[in-house]
Amino acid sequence: MSMLYHAQRAMRAKRQEAIRRGVIAILDIGTFKISCLVLRFDNPDEEIASDAIGTLAGQSNFRVIGAATTRSRGVKFGEIDSCQEAERSIRTAVQAAQKMAQTRVDHVIVSIAGGRPRSYGLDGKVALSSGTVDDIDVANALAACEVPDLGQGRDVLHAQPVNFALDHRSGLTDPRGHVGHDLSVDMHLLAIDHAAIETLLYCVKRCDLELAGLASAGYVAGISSLVEDEQELGAACIDMGGGATSLSIFMKKHMIFADTVRMGGDHVTGDISQGLQIPTVHAERIKTRFGGVIATGMDDREIIELQGDTGDWNHDRRTISRAELIGVMRPRVEEILEEVRVRLDAAGFDHLPSQRIVLTGGASQVPGLDGLASRILGNQVRLGRPLRVQGLPQSTCGPAFSACVGLALFAAHPQDEWWDFETPADRYPARSLKRAVKWFRDNW
Amino acid sequence: MRPLMRRRAPDPAPSRLTYRAQRLWLTPIFRKMLRVGLPSFTLVLVAGSFLADPATQQRVIDSLAETRREIEDRPEFRVTVLGITGAGPVVTEEVRGALALDLPLSSFDIDLAALRARVEALPAVASADLRIRSGGYLSVGVVERVPAFIWQTRGGPVLIDAGGQFIASLDARPDTPPLPLIGGDGADRVTAEAARLFATAAPLGPRLRGLVRMGERRWDVVLVDDRRILLPETGAVAALDRALALHEATELFDRDVARIDLRNPDRLTVQLTPEAVGALRALRAEQGVQSSGEQSG
Repeated sequence: MSMLYHAQRAMRAKRQEAIRRGVIAILDIGTFKISCLVLRFDNPDEEIASDAIGTLAGQSNFRVIGAATTRSRGVKFGEIDSCQEAERSIRTAVQAAQKMAQTRVDHVIVSIAGGRPRSYGLDGKVALSSGTVDDIDVANALAACEVPDLGQGRDVLHAQPVNFALDHRSGLTDPRGHVGHDLSVDMHLLAIDHAAIETLLYCVKRCDLELAGLASAGYVAGISSLVEDEQELGAACIDMGGGATSLSIFMKKHMIFADTVRMGGDHVTGDISQGLQIPTVHAERIKTRFGGVIATGMDDREIIELQGDTGDWNHDRRTISRAELIGVMRPRVEEILEEVRVRLDAAGFDHLPSQRIVLTGGASQVPGLDGLASRILGNQVRLGRPLRVQGLPQSTCGPAFSACVGLALFAAHPQDEWWDFETPADRYPARSLKRAVKWFRDNW
Repeated sequence: MRPLMRRRAPDPAPSRLTYRAQRLWLTPIFRKMLRVGLPSFTLVLVAGSFLADPATQQRVIDSLAETRREIEDRPEFRVTVLGITGAGPVVTEEVRGALALDLPLSSFDIDLAALRARVEALPAVASADLRIRSGGYLSVGVVERVPAFIWQTRGGPVLIDAGGQFIASLDARPDTPPLPLIGGDGADRVTAEAARLFATAAPLGPRLRGLVRMGERRWDVVLVDDRRILLPETGAVAALDRALALHEATELFDRDVARIDLRNPDRLTVQLTPEAVGALRALRAEQGVQSSGEQSG
């Protein structure tokens, strides 16, 4: 746990240094595309508010000066599958963004969708030494949290205090300065595979970049595509990507749950490719041009020409109706949504006061998806787009870039994490005393 | 038709080297160095290696001097006319000779301060003002020394001004107007007193020949027929006044006196001419015979 603490603190120091320098890069490594934004911070002197969660209106102090998107290679299910290929596509994206920004970036904040994220709810309780809560008490309360067994090869990605309770008052955002006896904290901890982080680090390092932050794609997509009252009242953000569908549940402006369904738009494409016996590239094109999930009578009359390069005339000149295409696509989309439903139910989403669901991500652009989703997930479904950010090109404003924009917001206003608080001072002496005693026992 | 050998599409990703090169190129300090530092360094290097050879240095210096020469020799800077004002014809010629300018000449080659010193070194010139005016005209404004006295020296009569400064030999200035004459060693050092004495002696009129400085101490007023008034060292003007008053009362100078000695203020001594002495003696003798008879008698 101490290793994690130091690694995360080093990352935070790098991020602050990059913001002080004024330029930082955002890298969203997805299964379908890799996009890179270069942000310029206009007033780096202004301290990042480290003790409060960022307001969504506060994104005006940075500006996107470079943006590039490239076809992702070597990434599967949101995890890096082939290092060399992934490294090449990262280089392509970063180079193009740098060229547009006309500046060099050294620090990069990366979002990761895969790695089998798992949420843990933690709580810690501490009796206050003095009557008033201060930083040390908060740190003590966080340190009192019982860390569950994450399993072999798992690493903590996020550990955010989501709720503070003082005696009988719950729902405090910031307990400092309050008077009471017992401080208890609820913490949301997100763990992912250690290997995924290590591979990502390796690739980023190979591109001569320094990792200044790491965030879960579902979390940052939620930051950018949920509006403020949705974050406050409770909502789920479903980021339907190419290889993985991330879902995150927000409540009181904190993420309280995150999970990933390892299915996405690429599987729909694969189904079309397999079902209609056409190459993947053509299947992707047909999906984006004619795809849908709800068939109407009109769709029987809309004929789509299939292309192929087998050389067999009869095979390459087939036609299907749009209804048939929908018939191929719909089961897979339904499967994804059903799986999301299962995960939401497991998280207890139906117990939340607000049942808002926001669909975002590239795969959410299938026409009619909101109708289908409302049938599976519940009535309050809407399609979400990321917030408008200053300087963002029109081509990167779509729902496919919600994780990207969210990462930019995350860079500008990072939320408090566990490691942002000081380690309780009484931990060190106890340990060193124990070590001294051990040394004595070993030597005499 | 599809080609048998399918050409693979080139990898759109930049190679590691290209990527690094682009990042290096986008580094601001590197860019600045390449844009400003490298050209200036090259320039300095090339210029340095070119100028390292002493022959080249000499050539560059020569060509620079040549260019300068060419500019200086342009007609705009040429001085063609020398105008001397404020001096008589003799002094003008003297000044012209002293300047010794070989016109036309570039104005850059004319050292006005040195020329002015040369002109002012002439005895006849009190001060000079040299200017180069437009149109290649060098104007020399000369203020001449005004001759105030003729000083009789062993070498002949010379002209000196009111301050005693030598101007010229009298022979060189034949057209000099008549001036008071002074003589004796050291007379030029006390010209102010001489001027006052001349002013006092004005009633003497044409009878006055001049003043002679005796032993560099005192003045003698020389009158016609080599008659002299010996003035004291101090209070010469007052003594002369007294003598003139005496003359007005007794017409002293019309009498047959050789010198009137005023050196002792308490006692005025008159020396008679030898003839007068003889005459006086004769007269005395004559009178003495009578008077002695009378006296004796």
